[in-house]
Amino acid sequence: MSDASNAVNPNSMSIIVTKGSLDWAYPPFILSTTAAAMGLDVTMFFTFYGLPLLLKKMDLKVTPLGNAAMKMPMAGAHMVMPNLMAVIPGVDAMATKMMKNMINKKGVASIDELRELAVEADVRMIGCQMTMDLFEYKKEDMIDGIEIGGAATYIEVATKSHINLFI
Amino acid sequence: MADKVLDAKGLNCPLPILKAKKALKDVPDGGTLEILATDPGAVADFQAFSRSTGNELVEHSEEGGVYRFLIRKTA
Repeated sequence: MSDASNAVNPNSMSIIVTKGSLDWAYPPFILSTTAAAMGLDVTMFFTFYGLPLLLKKMDLKVTPLGNAAMKMPMAGAHMVMPNLMAVIPGVDAMATKMMKNMINKKGVASIDELRELAVEADVRMIGCQMTMDLFEYKKEDMIDGIEIGGAATYIEVATKSHINLFI
Repeated sequence: MADKVLDAKGLNCPLPILKAKKALKDVPDGGTLEILATDPGAVADFQAFSRSTGNELVEHSEEGGVYRFLIRKTA
């Protein structure tokens, strides 16, 4: 690991993206676009439920199920969504709609917008081959400019990145 | 008078930073970019952005809920 080609680039970051819900899609795209804007070389590795974030047509949803920390602002207070409610048909759709309304109202970027900015900023995006096989996704369903690779591809990136995050 | 003005009012993190980075491309070396924002987080973020990228945060102020940043392109 001592020769120059394997040296760690001090201005580099990698992120393993494992979650693809509307809420969890934010941290990786916010951090990758911001790091790129601050001059870092950024690589994102999309695996398991994170992989659909590379689909041309994303359909992101949020669920209160199993999320005890999810509280929606309402009339000046915060409303907890009981887990029992989340199993009722339509509750996920309602929570998704509420979240998207909030995102719009508060000037928060959409995931589509952030992803576009990441592409523009030359963030390197790698889709996990195994996940594609497992969940039967095709490369032609994914956005242009991405690469496909596996664990070794990511580890090579990680050994040269100064910051490595798992989200 | 800044070389370029970016109105990032109403935008939330990380959009003011991302748009500022883009806008800096249109600013000549040594020139200045003025950014207007309403995101209170932008205060800490533009300081961090400037330190990390080597651009100079010449001044920042707040008036009536609008934050104004002046960045000199030195990187």
